[in-house]
Amino acid sequence: MVENRPLLTFASHVVLVLGVLAVAFPVYVTFVASTLTLDEIMSVPMPLLPGDQFLANYSQVLTAGSNVGSKAPVSTMLFNSTVMALGIAIGKIAISIIASFAIVYFRFPLRMSFFWMIFITLMLPVEVRIIPTFKVVSDLGMLNSYLGLTLPLIASATATFLFRQFFLTVPDELTEAARVDGAGPMRFFWDVLLPLSKTSIAALFVIQFIYGWNQYLWPLLITGDESMYTAVIGIKRMIVGSDAANEWNLIMATAMLTMLPPAVVVLLMQKWFVKGLVDTEK
Amino acid sequence: MEKRVVFRSAWLPYALVAPQIAITVIFFFWPAAQAVWYSFQLQDAFGLKTQFVGLQNFFHLFNDPLYLDSFRITAIFSILVAGGGIAIALLLAVMADRVVHAAVGYKTLLIWPYAVAPAIAGVLYSFLFAPSIGIVTYVLKGLGIDWNWIINGRQAMLLVVMAAVWNQISYNFLFFLAGLQSIPKSLLEAAAIDGAGPGRRFWTIVFPLLSPTTFFLLVVNIVFAFFGTFGIIDATTQGGPGTSTLILVYKVYHDGVKAADLGGSSAQSVILMFIVIVLTVMQFRFVERKVNY
Amino acid sequence: MNRLYSSLMRVALVAAVAAGSVSAQAQVEIQWWHSMGGALGEKLNSLATQFNESQKEYKIVPTYKGQYPESLTAAIAAFRAGNAPHLLQVFEVGTATMMAAKGAVVPVATVMKNAKEPFDPKAYLPAVSGYYTDMQGNMLSFPFNSSTVMFYINKDAFKKAGLDPNKAPRTWKELLAAAEKLKASGQECVYTTSWPSWMHIENFSAWHNVPIGTKQNGMGGLDTVFTINSPLHVRHITMLADMSKKGLFTYAGRTNQGDAKFSSGECAMFSGSAGAQAGIKKAAKFDWSINFIPYHDDVPGAPQNSIIGGASLWVMGGKGAAEYKGVAKFLAFLSQPEVQMDWHTSTGYVPITQAAYDLTRKSGFYDKNPGADMPVKQLTNKPPTANSKGLRFGNFVQGRTVIEEELENAFSGKKEPKAALDDAVRRGNEILRQFEAANK
Repeated sequence: MVENRPLLTFASHVVLVLGVLAVAFPVYVTFVASTLTLDEIMSVPMPLLPGDQFLANYSQVLTAGSNVGSKAPVSTMLFNSTVMALGIAIGKIAISIIASFAIVYFRFPLRMSFFWMIFITLMLPVEVRIIPTFKVVSDLGMLNSYLGLTLPLIASATATFLFRQFFLTVPDELTEAARVDGAGPMRFFWDVLLPLSKTSIAALFVIQFIYGWNQYLWPLLITGDESMYTAVIGIKRMIVGSDAANEWNLIMATAMLTMLPPAVVVLLMQKWFVKGLVDTEK
Repeated sequence: MEKRVVFRSAWLPYALVAPQIAITVIFFFWPAAQAVWYSFQLQDAFGLKTQFVGLQNFFHLFNDPLYLDSFRITAIFSILVAGGGIAIALLLAVMADRVVHAAVGYKTLLIWPYAVAPAIAGVLYSFLFAPSIGIVTYVLKGLGIDWNWIINGRQAMLLVVMAAVWNQISYNFLFFLAGLQSIPKSLLEAAAIDGAGPGRRFWTIVFPLLSPTTFFLLVVNIVFAFFGTFGIIDATTQGGPGTSTLILVYKVYHDGVKAADLGGSSAQSVILMFIVIVLTVMQFRFVERKVNY
Repeated sequence: MNRLYSSLMRVALVAAVAAGSVSAQAQVEIQWWHSMGGALGEKLNSLATQFNESQKEYKIVPTYKGQYPESLTAAIAAFRAGNAPHLLQVFEVGTATMMAAKGAVVPVATVMKNAKEPFDPKAYLPAVSGYYTDMQGNMLSFPFNSSTVMFYINKDAFKKAGLDPNKAPRTWKELLAAAEKLKASGQECVYTTSWPSWMHIENFSAWHNVPIGTKQNGMGGLDTVFTINSPLHVRHITMLADMSKKGLFTYAGRTNQGDAKFSSGECAMFSGSAGAQAGIKKAAKFDWSINFIPYHDDVPGAPQNSIIGGASLWVMGGKGAAEYKGVAKFLAFLSQPEVQMDWHTSTGYVPITQAAYDLTRKSGFYDKNPGADMPVKQLTNKPPTANSKGLRFGNFVQGRTVIEEELENAFSGKKEPKAALDDAVRRGNEILRQFEAANK
């Protein structure tokens, strides 16, 4: 603290508390709605204290889905989301780390072309090229499959970039020493580089897990089959019409369940998550 | 930028980049090339008849006042999302930086919206602000404000902006906080000794030092507003009322998926790709500068 | 009831025989994509279950694929990818798109003939079958849920406002008068509508015997243009925009959002699908009635007749013979008068065959549920003219979006009604030309 100004410090706390409340309010209302009956939600204004339908609503969505929209149980959707998020996170990390290893630690023809090919995908989101990508995936027979959900989203440059940046900071002496010991490149990769990259991998994992979990447009297009819906899509499929026609209590219970896993990942792995964010984008 | 010590192998580096390159080619280059190819075509909905029409799709687009208007809407939306998100996050970060000991606690309480999918953020906000049953709508009605974003374009825009800002706030906050914490305290102390108050210190020292972070966040937020908000729009306004919230990426989706106009939608994809590449280059120049200093 | 009983017996018998003969064989699964949410979805699922339990060879698997435009989109995408469903429920505005897709669909008449299942297109009400029949007289899709737009009032709210609850407004003049009184009685939402384009442009035109587009509303050829900026259309939309300004009309959204606003008691008057009755019956905690839609009484010839909406089932191409046989069996099941009556009486959709209509009348349903036959009566109010037998515009999913966008612009005061309708015609015609070019 540069100087002590109790009044200003107090004001800071007030602003922060207001900020936290404003940020939390939508989720609080969601939680409350998920513990009420539909009638209670419909009676405007809805109560702002939790009701007694917690078990009823959550067990219904987990085992049976909604009554009016999609009937797929949310537990299946959560499983699909998990597969998708893990597939994307692990797949991305795996292919990126070896690609950046090649680009940083080897000199070979076309090296820079490869680098640029990967680089150009850095910010091009799937949203921009949905239709042709959809067609490619369907030509490959990967609609309604976990491969179709994950593979196209693995192609992104962020992770490759992070590893490249990190490898560039690894002291050359380590490489030198390994070469003197007669270790080949893969040996060096496994024994030296991989252990050093642990933090980066953890950080990247958090970010990509969330990225994968929260995908919307892509699964919306390629999951025709209810049994392949991810949780985010499931919510969309439970919304069948206007305000009053929806089973908001069940939709909100599903929303809570869908928000929970990535939120837990963010909070538990906070340290890595923050590091990962700041590093990836720097 | 480059390693002095490298390995040598005729085949290994190719094998190592192969998976990444293969996926990039199959799911990025090939579809992108197809988008360009489709943008010169006219097809019926089921893809049974195809004709080559040259630049006609582009010609249609740039003669369509609605498409041009969609640029305007996207610009307004992006500015509001980026501006609002950055301003609020900066305020919170500066406050959190002041209360050093409690900063970690506040950080924990502010970062989790990052974990919420944009589509869910949209659902939450459309529920809070639902015209008939929304709790916030109820409060607004009590205040004499007639809230119905189903027909009021400005309110619809406000709604999607709020949801987007909320969704993006933790990201901005974390970057600002990291930026603030890396500012040497000695600088601020020196200024304080010279008699500069907190406000003056912020505008003359902190804010300029944060400008690289701010610029970076500006680009990231604009990209988020352009593409990341698809889920928010789809879960709330779906571009309406009228075309008040019809941002470019939603129009690509609407024309391509809902209206089954492959050619027109692909032409829009091509234009968007061009915009993204420009943004990427801007970003890259900035990244390189930062890495090299 | 005797007939119903005997047909149930027959079904049970068939089921027993089928169970004995094919139990060793694997069931043929028939995918059915639909857009029936809510109470309608529950009923639809029960129809599928009923069929599945009646025999062992085929299994109908219904899947809710989102609202009408979404399920059509999903099916088009799936078709391009080679895994379309067998049966697809397509809303009426998608008809032209489906008809033009000759290689993607199999005409229902062909499916039934190949499977040697009984099928008589003449059994259907002409107001219904005409919509789904091509110029050569072939029935291309199977009418499933046909509705029309109706006008509902909340009788309790009418009583509260000092209006006669048994006299629903018949003309827009009367509606306006009632609206003022309702507003004065403290009713916050006076009038709302679902499906704004279907109600206030498409059915409005048919009801007043004016064209929506040239070439018999597009039925006579692809080179049609919209005519919805006529003085009568402009006058009507201007009236609605004024009502909106005065708080007498609350816009609810582009699809069925108005339904819930009425059934929750929020809005006192409402125009929406006849199919909305199912939801209203379930949710409404007040007394209500279903009526003909209002008309402008100074327009000669009005009211004419309204046109259908709802959806039909299309059979998608590229499937195996056994699967088509199952589809045919299921469609035959659906056309039984007993099944039709069940669907009609529990959902509020119109009975689509003469036999089902007669059976329902005989069952005394209409005596017990006054007003339940209003939709059929409104559809057959007068023999249809070229302006009122239906419409067939290419890419009308997109065309309707354009109309709805422009209506929103008019209702919100962003554009003058005349300018909004002119723009709707201009933009709509561009879409029609695009469709014409793509389907030459």
